[in-house]
This record gives sequence, structure tokens and C-alpha cells, in this order.
Amino acid sequence: MVDPNVLQPKPEIKIMGKKDVHLRKYQQIIAIFKSNKIGMFGVSIFVFFGLVALIGPLIFPYDPLQIGSGDEVLQSPDSTHWLGTDDLGRDVFAALISGSRVSLGIGLLATFITMVIGTLIGISSGYIGGKVDTILMRFTEIFLVLPWLPLMLVLAALLGSSIWNIILVIGFTSWSSTARIVRAQTLSVKERQFIERAKAIGANDFYIMYKHVLPNVFPLIFANTILVSAVAILSETSLSFLGMGDASHPSWGMMLHYAFTSGAASVGAYWFLLPPGLCVVGVVLGFTFLGYAFEELFNPKLRRS
Amino acid sequence: MSLLEVRDLKTYFHAKEGIVKAVDGVTFTLEEGEAIALVGESGCGKTTTALSITKLLPKEGHIAGGDVLFNGVDLAKISHEKMRRTRWNDISIVFQGAMNSLNPVMKVGDQIAEVIMLHKGSNYKEAMQKVKKLFELVEINSERMNQYPHEFSGGMKQRAMIAMALACDPKLIIGDEPTTALDVMVQAQILNLLEKLRKEMNMSMILITHDLSVMGETCDKAAIMYAGKIVELGSVEDILEKHVHPYTEKLVHSYPDIYGNREMISSIPGSPPNLLNPPTGCLFHPRCEFAIDECKLTEPVLREISSNHFVACHVRGGLI
Repeated sequence: MVDPNVLQPKPEIKIMGKKDVHLRKYQQIIAIFKSNKIGMFGVSIFVFFGLVALIGPLIFPYDPLQIGSGDEVLQSPDSTHWLGTDDLGRDVFAALISGSRVSLGIGLLATFITMVIGTLIGISSGYIGGKVDTILMRFTEIFLVLPWLPLMLVLAALLGSSIWNIILVIGFTSWSSTARIVRAQTLSVKERQFIERAKAIGANDFYIMYKHVLPNVFPLIFANTILVSAVAILSETSLSFLGMGDASHPSWGMMLHYAFTSGAASVGAYWFLLPPGLCVVGVVLGFTFLGYAFEELFNPKLRRS
Repeated sequence: MSLLEVRDLKTYFHAKEGIVKAVDGVTFTLEEGEAIALVGESGCGKTTTALSITKLLPKEGHIAGGDVLFNGVDLAKISHEKMRRTRWNDISIVFQGAMNSLNPVMKVGDQIAEVIMLHKGSNYKEAMQKVKKLFELVEINSERMNQYPHEFSGGMKQRAMIAMALACDPKLIIGDEPTTALDVMVQAQILNLLEKLRKEMNMSMILITHDLSVMGETCDKAAIMYAGKIVELGSVEDILEKHVHPYTEKLVHSYPDIYGNREMISSIPGSPPNLLNPPTGCLFHPRCEFAIDECKLTEPVLREISSNHFVACHVRGGLI
């Protein structure tokens, strides 16, 4: 007879409390993240623009749409207009700050739609397989090969240019790569034995997909979300730059559009053209760095010792 | 009436190259509280028999014939939906390789609660109370309910899987090599635990194993399988001491005897038949040293040579 006490913890050993264990885990995660310089750079950019978008308009409550008097047109930066004025005498700095809200807001909401569609299609396709998989994947491939910019332009033109339409257009056109990634991971997860076990205990397919497959592909979805955000913000900028933006909510892309159409570059009005451009580059770079850092966090194989 | 009566069960797989008769005419009965072992080499149809009983066969396989009477209900013929309800309420399974049968991103307690909620319709709180009892039953500290599978050792995971199998108080539990991949000490613990719980709860068990010592330790009777057929069926004593079939004899002799002389253990010459292209007559005849011409021509049937001891062999079956 084997001593049954072997597996039982001895009374004098105090089991680490739940809170301690969690705290230790978070500390480990933060330590891993901190050791990643690119990731920390991404985080700082992300936090900076996040703060600007959240509290910037409260600190600098200037109306970006207020048209200035005739002598205020295309002024270079000075103490009243920190970043000068545009061709209608509007303050560029005010527009930049309120534009951060629009650009980030559209980007994140569009990303949310993208991830929901991509995850739904990816998991269903991978898990159900067979004909459903074939149909969903061919559908996904159509979206994958369609040149997205003309497609977005056509949709935006058809639907009209309001903020919500732009969000929907970006969301509904950029889910295809996410769907493929999620499907690939689902294919690998569904062959694992605990899925068979879940089937054996009588769980139905929907339950398995939601309770067992989704949590296992979630890290991938999360890392992908951040990378998709960068693309979504870039898409919004492109659409707005090409004149499909919502004029009542000027984003950075709209500012670039106005700067381009008013010939800011040819008259040397760098203060009109550069700030929104740099902001877009900064945000996209920050999101991309953050995305790679998270990918590394979730996938220990990518970590350098 | 027996708890489980498997009659002439045939399970075929459709492969590209043809039909594989993975289980071909398996017959046995199991009384309440009794334990039977299905023993044989890899690929002899042990697991497929279990999967047929629970209707968990992969897409390519199907039950081609026979009955699986459980409490008088033919499981082979009821709908999948009905089977989904029967499974776990009446028949549960301890899977091969518990290491991989737990979802790595879900708490162990939650995974067991899941079963109770799905089958008993109880809410989360009730289910967790039951889980606590189950943890105590399988001798795991119930504080560990909120831990993830990676925080469990191999033996503890297997205990958790047993707890999961017991969650709905089944009448029949199927252990598909429940102790493979565990070290011998833990193996003994798990087997003792299974044995104890089985006696306490008056459950029947089908134990799938290739380990004769495990069979001898835990089961009342055993079916020796070869190439999808039962070649010898009897009490564990019959199989170990009074075995008749040449295959059983070779199998028993391929285990070292700890009391005997130190000598090389014997192995069975040749390899199991290709089920896509099985030999004629007795499937074992190409590897059997006693084979006579009759063996190559006709297939032997199971004959009762003494009370509840069945053998399918032309040469040996008739002699005793």
C-alpha cells in the first residue's frame, strides 16, 4: 500500500495565498516587458498619445474649426498660435489635439469591429471545418486579394462620409488577415486532447468554441489587435487624406488633406503639413512596437534569453 | 440482466486503401460492480471497442454491426443527441494521457464543474461544492480547485481526470490506459484509488491496458484481444494461470516473473497483421507455432472450455 499522505501538503508549509501568487505573476510580466526596449518605447508613445486624446481637449479647449481673421491666415508658429495657423486661419495646434481623438477613436473602434468579425470567421472556419471552412475561407480570400484602398474609397463614397461610416468601412474591409491567423491557430487547438475530452463530456460545438477554443487563441488575437490598430489608423488617415473624411470632425488625415489641397508645401508652410504627418507616423510606430512586444510576451519562444 | 452486454460488435474504418476491420465481432458481458480488462498489443482494437461503446469514434469509423446493450438500451442504435446525455451520466471515461486532457487556460475546478453544470443543470455554486467533494474523494487538497493544470503534477492531473469521470456518479467507468505515462509509484496510487472508489460506489469498469500486472491487480475478468477479435475471455485467474490460447500464453510469458529464474523474457515472433489485408483463417496463425492446416482455412470461434472461460483456437480449444 502506498502512503496516501505523499501528495498532501504538510500542515506547516503555508500555501502561497492567491493574491501573492497573482502579484508575483504580474511582477514577472512587467519584468519581461521592461526588459524589452522596443516594447517600452511603444508603451511610452501609446501612453503619450492616449493622454493627449483623453485629456488634451480639456486642457486646451480651443475650437479647431474657428476661422481666424484675414491677417491670421497661414501664420508661422508664434506665442499665440504655437503651431501656426492654416489657410483659413484656424489654429493648427488645436486641430492636432482634437484630431488625436478622432484618429485614435476611429482606429480603435474599427479595430474592434475587425477583431470581432475576424475572430468569429476564423474560429468557425477552423473549428467546424469541411464545407463551412471552404466557403468562409474563399470568402476571406476575396477580401484578402481585393485592393483595400479602392474598396474602402468606393464604400465610403457610397455610404457618405460620416465618422461612423468610416469606422464601418475600415472594420468591414480589414478583417481577412485576422481571420486567417485565428483559423490557423484554431486548427492546432482543436486537435488537442482537451477538445476531445470536452466533446466526450457532452459539450456542444458552440460551447467548445466559446469556452475552450477562444481562450486558447486569445493571446494571439490580443497581439494581433494592436497590430491591426496601427493599420486601421493608417487606413483612416489615407481615406481622410483622399477627401473621404468627416469635415465636422477633422482628423490628422483631414489636416493633411487640407494642407495638401491648399498647397501648404509649395508656400513653405511646414507647420501645417509636418505635425499631423509626424503624429500619424508616431502612433503607427508606437502601436507596431507594442504589438511586437506583446507577441514576444505571449510567445516565449520569441524571447531572447 | 447484465449492466453491459456487447454482442458481436463490429467497428470498421474507411481508409483510402480499403476497409479496416478494427473491431470485428467482439462479444462480452459486464455485471454491475464488475471490472473487465481489455488487453492486447497496440492496434488490436481495445480503444476502438471503448470508443464504440461510448460512440466517440472519429469520422472515418462507424459501427457496422452488433449491439451494445447498456441496461437493456442499445447504445449502437440511439441518436447522437441521446448518447450525448447518456455519456457521463451513465458511462464516463478516464482518458489516456491526462496530461493533455485538461484545458491549459482554465482552472481545474472549473473544468470539472463544467461537466456537472452540463449534465445536472446545477448552477456554478452547487457544482463547485460537488467539485470540492470530488477533490476530497480523489485525495487532492481542495484548495487546489482554483489552480491551473500546469500547477498540478502528472499524478494529480490523473486524479483530477478521475474526479471528472466520477462527477455525475456513473454506473460504468471506462479507463483508457489511465496509468500509462505515469511512474510506477503514482501508477499504484491511481490504481488503488480507482479500485477503492469502484468498490465504494459499486461501479463497473472497463480497463483498457497492455499491462498484465495492472489487469491482475484491478480486474475480475479479462478479454485478450488480437487484431480486432477476442481470442480468450475469462476470469483474471484463468487468463494468468490457466490460459489456453497460444497468443495469451506468449503474452503472459513476455512478462518477467519476479519469483522465477533470471532469464531473458520471451517475445512473440513476427508482427501484428495488417488489418487492410488480414491473413485467412485464424488471424494469429502466421505467428503461431502450433498452427495446423485447419488454422489457415477457417476462423476459430469462441468456445466455452470451462465455466465462463472462452477460447477461440482450433488446436487448443478442443483439447481441454
